[in-house]
Amino acid sequence: MSIAGFEVEVDRGRGLETEEMTLNMGPQHPSTHGVLRFVVKADGEIMRRAIPDVGYLHRSIEKISEKVGYHGFMPYTDRVDYVAAMFCNQGWGMVTEKLADIEVPKRGEYCRVIAAELNRISSHLLSVGTMILDIGAITPFFHAFREREKINDLLEELCGARLTYNYMRIGGVAWDLPPGYEEKVLAFLSQFDRMLEEYDDLVTSNKLFRARCSGVAAISPADAAAYNLVGPNLRACGVRYDVRRDEPYSVYPELEFDVPVGTGSAGAVGDSFDRYLVRILEIKESIKILRQCFQQIPDGPVVAKVPRKLKPPAGDVQIRVESARGDMSWYAVSDGSEFPYRCKVRTGSFAAMGMIEELSKGLMLADLVTVIASLDIVAPEVDR
Amino acid sequence: MEAAEIHAALRDKFSDKISATDEAAKDPSAVVDGAAIREICAFLRDDERLRFDVLNNQTGVDYKAEGYIEVVYHLYSYEYRHGVVLKARANRDEPVLPSVEEVWKAANWLEREIYDLLGVKFLDHTDLRRLLMPEDWVGYPLRKDFVEPEEYHGISTTRESLLR
Amino acid sequence: MLQQFLDSLIADGTLGGMPRDVAYLIGMLGAGALVVFGFVLNISGVTTFVERRVWARIQSRIGPNRVGPQGILQWLADGIKLLMKEEAIPFAADSALFKLAPFVVTVGFITAFVAVPFSSALVIADLNLGILYITSMTSLVVVGIMIAGWASNNKWSLIGGIRAAAQIVSYEIPAALSIFTVILITGTLSMQGIIQQQGWGPWDWFIFHSPFTFVGFFITFVSLLAEGNRTPFDLPEAESELVAGFVTEYSGARYLFFFLVEWGNLYVISAILVTLFLGGWQVPMIPGLAESPFWLNLTQAVTFIVKSYAGVITMMWIRATLPRVRVDQLMSTCWKYLLPIAFVNFMGTALWVLIWPEGFRFAELALTLLGFSMVVYFFYRVVFHLRRSGAELTFSPLS
Repeated sequence: MSIAGFEVEVDRGRGLETEEMTLNMGPQHPSTHGVLRFVVKADGEIMRRAIPDVGYLHRSIEKISEKVGYHGFMPYTDRVDYVAAMFCNQGWGMVTEKLADIEVPKRGEYCRVIAAELNRISSHLLSVGTMILDIGAITPFFHAFREREKINDLLEELCGARLTYNYMRIGGVAWDLPPGYEEKVLAFLSQFDRMLEEYDDLVTSNKLFRARCSGVAAISPADAAAYNLVGPNLRACGVRYDVRRDEPYSVYPELEFDVPVGTGSAGAVGDSFDRYLVRILEIKESIKILRQCFQQIPDGPVVAKVPRKLKPPAGDVQIRVESARGDMSWYAVSDGSEFPYRCKVRTGSFAAMGMIEELSKGLMLADLVTVIASLDIVAPEVDR
Repeated sequence: MEAAEIHAALRDKFSDKISATDEAAKDPSAVVDGAAIREICAFLRDDERLRFDVLNNQTGVDYKAEGYIEVVYHLYSYEYRHGVVLKARANRDEPVLPSVEEVWKAANWLEREIYDLLGVKFLDHTDLRRLLMPEDWVGYPLRKDFVEPEEYHGISTTRESLLR
Repeated sequence: MLQQFLDSLIADGTLGGMPRDVAYLIGMLGAGALVVFGFVLNISGVTTFVERRVWARIQSRIGPNRVGPQGILQWLADGIKLLMKEEAIPFAADSALFKLAPFVVTVGFITAFVAVPFSSALVIADLNLGILYITSMTSLVVVGIMIAGWASNNKWSLIGGIRAAAQIVSYEIPAALSIFTVILITGTLSMQGIIQQQGWGPWDWFIFHSPFTFVGFFITFVSLLAEGNRTPFDLPEAESELVAGFVTEYSGARYLFFFLVEWGNLYVISAILVTLFLGGWQVPMIPGLAESPFWLNLTQAVTFIVKSYAGVITMMWIRATLPRVRVDQLMSTCWKYLLPIAFVNFMGTALWVLIWPEGFRFAELALTLLGFSMVVYFFYRVVFHLRRSGAELTFSPLS
């Protein structure tokens, strides 16, 4: 260390030693987003390490899949990630369709995309709302939830449930869009556009919020790839990669949308603020996609003819869905019987959770909740 | 790069360690020698033409009838936007595989999960503990011959009546 | 006034030969109890209700509206519920200190009311070191919080207690320095003395006395906000980080005391600001008002309480809007920005008073204009936002 040209020997080790404190954050803690636990080794306010301890929400969904059959597993997929259940529905539908060579009707695909994008908006709203709640502001959380309620209303009208939708079926969706649905969604979207401006004023341009997030836990693109960070977290690091665009599935090739990436507008590229901002920008892209969907949706059946007792040929396939928490990877093995031989889902939160121990080194205690919230970790998705 | 080309590149480098490739399947895959998985993965990550910088998914599957546990590696490259599937097999009675954690950090948690649920031991893994199950859990739940224990710490795992 | 009343009672013989000192003591205790039970406890309670309703409006909710008309008795129901609740004391806690802490906090808060004025005559004791007394008494709160944090034997509580100590000790300095700028002008520490030197018009208030006091007002406001553990400085009980900070282990009546203090402190903070900078209870001297002490004191008390409550509502609005700062940001705000500015203010005011001992009328009027244009701009923005999104707030996609 040098002060004004003088070399100063600072012995930081001796005399200033403090006792390392082991803090147990969770399983019941207001900001752990579900039941998960961190063992925090802290020196005062500065963390040495935060070791995640997961498994409190392990419901053995993968094991259940081996017992209930292909159709019967669909409601269970809702519980993989109950904040964005549509994507889990879609993932299971797609992986089974790939196994059994089922073609989904065009209208069914559009219904899936409409439902999924509505769900993406609601999931992102929950994510940014709880993030700012964890940082200490209360009002934006309620504003986000007010809008989310409206989406829940819309989804309830579509599929009768507000959280665990069970809307999709193997080969399509359960129900066609209800009459007048287009007008209702479009009315909501035009209203929501203006509410987003309000949100930008209240949160995005808030100096204290920026100060709390800028430079906190910035992730380099190389690290993000090594830890397999996916979705908005990956794009915040500056990697322009979106499964919807780069490994297209469903009807996404027919839709036009941008893939927003983090630019480091508040500090470093890939910091917590970038992760927040990418989500806000993605909400805007989802609005674009929804508007196009309603223009392009064709008439026709919404679900393909699929046998009750589905017996896909033996083999193993993997598909990837761009869930609200990023690339959700489904892998299924069939042995030719009516039950899946093995099903595995690797979710976005699982990857992000594995990185927290590395990210937390040297952060302040208060930053840990910022990091958890900005990585958008949903505990049931980690444990499944 | 197409799957066939990637497989050919693999064969060029590790001719004796690739036991089978399947280009006709829905997801083309290559079955590789389990003991060499780390070198193969490091090659796939570092080679100029391949650059598999992401371990997208890692799954263990218990093939009880065949007598092995298969660990499936789904790799992906952000640079070239192509993917490959590797399969490594381990003896079911005492499954051991080298860890690929030093190639991709993401393998840390994925391998912990496989160890937890299927009991595959990964050599040179820095932190091989159970991930989802309690640390004192006996057995590996995703194995096909797993029998659910009657009770856990005195708590019954079955209900007397399904209605209660 | 109290003394005259007691003297007259003794002269009448109503008290039956009770020694004068005892009569005074009982009289003072009675007056104190009247203030504590009649005003202090109620103002904390009502403030919790008002805060919840104000928040609810800001967050497009309704808020508590079930107990009493418009939920106005909600605070009473909450208080009674908390008093009835079982009190759990952790096995590992230091039981004696654990029980003591809420009372230390409450004493620190309630004794501050001794010197808080309500009108020219309504004050329990016009101490000649009034403001100094209040700042030192409110500092007693931090002692209680630290005791609570330590005695709970919980790491979150401990961190909360330590944070509170660090924060309050740091922010005392800029707060005191800014308070001294007013003392430089008045030459007295007495709360009544300070108010008497201001006038009813905003241009006679000390906030608009000079540019330095103008800045000093905001420094005092921020520092007192930090001392009162209010957002954006509510780190000691940051619920998303520290579960509930120093109150994590408390329940029942002792928990109630902490919240009594927290909300009551809002009023104390506002009262200090109103006294020092915003003209206190000064009202325009309408002919006839001065002759009737009752009406004079009533108008003055209403003026003072309305002004203070405006401050309280401002703090609620700030709490509903802003996120929390981090602990390093908290410290750097204090030591790197507020403290140097407070020093400059202090020197500047000293010079200003030296040059214009009677005040500089042009500066006062200009600053008043500036202050009012700020308020007008604020309301202009409020109207702008309401126009932009007013219709969307009540929108429902299904109707």
